[in-house]
Amino acid sequence: MTTVTIQAGQTHGARGAVADTGGGSRTSASARTSIVALSDVEKVYRTDRIETVALSQISLDVQAGEFVSVMGPSGCGKSTLLNIVGLLDTPSRGRVTINGTPVTDASDRVLARLRNREVGFVFQTFHLVPDLRVIDNVEIPLLYRSMPGSDRRQAARDALERVGLAARMHHFPSQLSGGQQQRVAIARAIVGRPSLLLADEPTGNLDSQMGDEIMGILLDLQQREGTTIVMVTHDQRQADRTERIIRLFDGRLVQ
Amino acid sequence: MLRNYLLLAWRVLLRRAFFTAVSLFGIAFTIAMLVLVAAMFDHVLVAGAPEVNQDRTLGLYFAEMEGETMARNGFAGYKLVDTYARNLPGVERVALASAPARLTTYHTGVPEKLYLKRTDDEFWNVMQFHFVEGGPYGRADLERGAFVAVINASTRARLFGADATAVGREFEVDGQRFRVIGVVPDVSFLRVVSFADVWVPHTTAKSDAYRAQLIGDFMGLLLMAPDADPRAIQDEFRSRLARIEFPDPQSFNRISAVPESLLQTVARMLFGARGTDADYGNRLLLALAVATMLFMALPAVNLVNLNISRIMERASEVGVRKAFGASSITLVGQFLIENLVLTLVGSALGVACASLGLWLINRSGVIAYAQLGMNLRVVAWGIAFAVVFGVISGVYPAWRMSRLRPVDALKGVSR
Ligand SMILES: Nc1ncnc2c1ncn2[C@@H]1O[C@H](COP(=O)(O)OP(=O)(O)OP(=O)(O)O)[C@@H](O)[C@H]1O
Ligand SMILES: [Mg+2]
Repeated sequence: MTTVTIQAGQTHGARGAVADTGGGSRTSASARTSIVALSDVEKVYRTDRIETVALSQISLDVQAGEFVSVMGPSGCGKSTLLNIVGLLDTPSRGRVTINGTPVTDASDRVLARLRNREVGFVFQTFHLVPDLRVIDNVEIPLLYRSMPGSDRRQAARDALERVGLAARMHHFPSQLSGGQQQRVAIARAIVGRPSLLLADEPTGNLDSQMGDEIMGILLDLQQREGTTIVMVTHDQRQADRTERIIRLFDGRLVQ
Repeated sequence: MLRNYLLLAWRVLLRRAFFTAVSLFGIAFTIAMLVLVAAMFDHVLVAGAPEVNQDRTLGLYFAEMEGETMARNGFAGYKLVDTYARNLPGVERVALASAPARLTTYHTGVPEKLYLKRTDDEFWNVMQFHFVEGGPYGRADLERGAFVAVINASTRARLFGADATAVGREFEVDGQRFRVIGVVPDVSFLRVVSFADVWVPHTTAKSDAYRAQLIGDFMGLLLMAPDADPRAIQDEFRSRLARIEFPDPQSFNRISAVPESLLQTVARMLFGARGTDADYGNRLLLALAVATMLFMALPAVNLVNLNISRIMERASEVGVRKAFGASSITLVGQFLIENLVLTLVGSALGVACASLGLWLINRSGVIAYAQLGMNLRVVAWGIAFAVVFGVISGVYPAWRMSRLRPVDALKGVSR
């Protein structure tokens, strides 16, 4: 195995061993196993004229309960990396393992199940469904599980409570502010209690106060539930609040 | 889950009002045309009063005679039925009825046309008329050549006045006087076997010549026993025809006629296939199915295009659903349901338009005594058309959309 765990250069160890403090049953039971493992991943975009190497020789592990941030200049491949980890995209080469399941040759059904159970995604541009009310947006991940409708409703309510938006659940997304929309997106990402939360610049479109609030929610999730979080950010201040920083430059990891 | 999809479908359709209106118009028009045609066929070819026994009736409608140099075809002759179609195995009753003749009556002082049909007494047993007055003529009337007549309700009103009773009263048609002994409800012109204004015993005909005809203007109706095999009946009849001795073999030496269902006869005529024994009924049904498909194809292609743009507009939603665990099959299902909601609503409009169309046809009198109407069977056809339409116009766009990778779908629309 060529897998190496990259320790980011600027780790301040800011939060210490937070993963085990929240009493999250999942974390303590599986004590620091690997949730994400990438091995020698490469992503090449081929268009008519040019070939863009978006990622190259990426090998990394993310341990259960970790809060990792990904940083780097624009166009260095951060979103590409996150999309591959979140099973939204496939690498051109290399192996990806999510919570022990290799996904390289997985069928559509297996991938759908993994996305549904293991991963929660927060997009930079929110991506709420405009035709659905807030509560129905939050329910989306649960639609693809077999469970009673009333349980779905309750879980969605709880998730909205968590992000402080219970009062807005019957609004449509267009009736909310950007920060509120992003909190809905977070509620949707956590409603299914995934083991891994991926956030692509969750605060990129928000002012710094709103950004701090979102950051607070994420930290709280990690500490109390033991959720593993990988977050792309441009904001050094926020990155400093995480356990580990992964730096990308031109599609490569830098130490 | 289903409730969620239905709600979402409803909201999406309302929000895209223009798209929805265009689609609905196309669907409604297509389904309305199909339902109109289905109602016509239903009216002609499906058992219904008075032709309630249509499903177990074999008709000898047409015959063709051939020789070295000559050929003749037309309705079956009286002799063909009377001499060769009786006592066939599995046949319970044999009835004879002429094609309706359009004759003139001066009863009201001005010339009026009446369709007159000459039948035997068994005709009233094979058909199930509900007499509103009196009753049919019987064997004795036929043997005596009694000038008695059964008339329909419209003729009663025309000859004797709106609220009059008719039994016992007399009228003249084509120079013959008949006494009314029964009145029945109007029979639609499209019920070609039973339709007429006036029914009289065939023995009242002005000449006896018809009794010697192999080809003439009669039809024979063979009522089969419930368990009878039509093929056995056809084979026996055919072998009887083969044994006919023709008086003048130079002109005619061969006759062909097949006792078969009305559908099969209609099919034979449409395919121009007289004089053969092949069964064209299934071919007609197949041709109809193909024509239906072709007729649906163009609006379906249009709807496919509209659907593709509608779905691609919602690429972001597709991406989100995939990102949160929807499998391709689930998504295809969701979009199919949406499309089915659209087509079912459109079809409901179509069926409503078709009902209006049928009502207008009935009222216009284009088809005498037409009683075209919606019944459960026709509506079921409408729904079947709609579902087929919804699926064929929905599957391809849904499939294309479901194949998108989540990243590409999410990029499709940047909000
Ligand atoms: N679909 C695509 N086709 C071709 N090239 C692509 C595609 N998607 C991304 N790229 C290229 O891959 C590289 C990495 O893109 P990516 O979106 O991962 O960058 P990023 O680090 O997220 O940047 P940003 O901080 O601006 O969001 C870029 O050079 C980009 O042009
Ligand atoms: Mg990016």
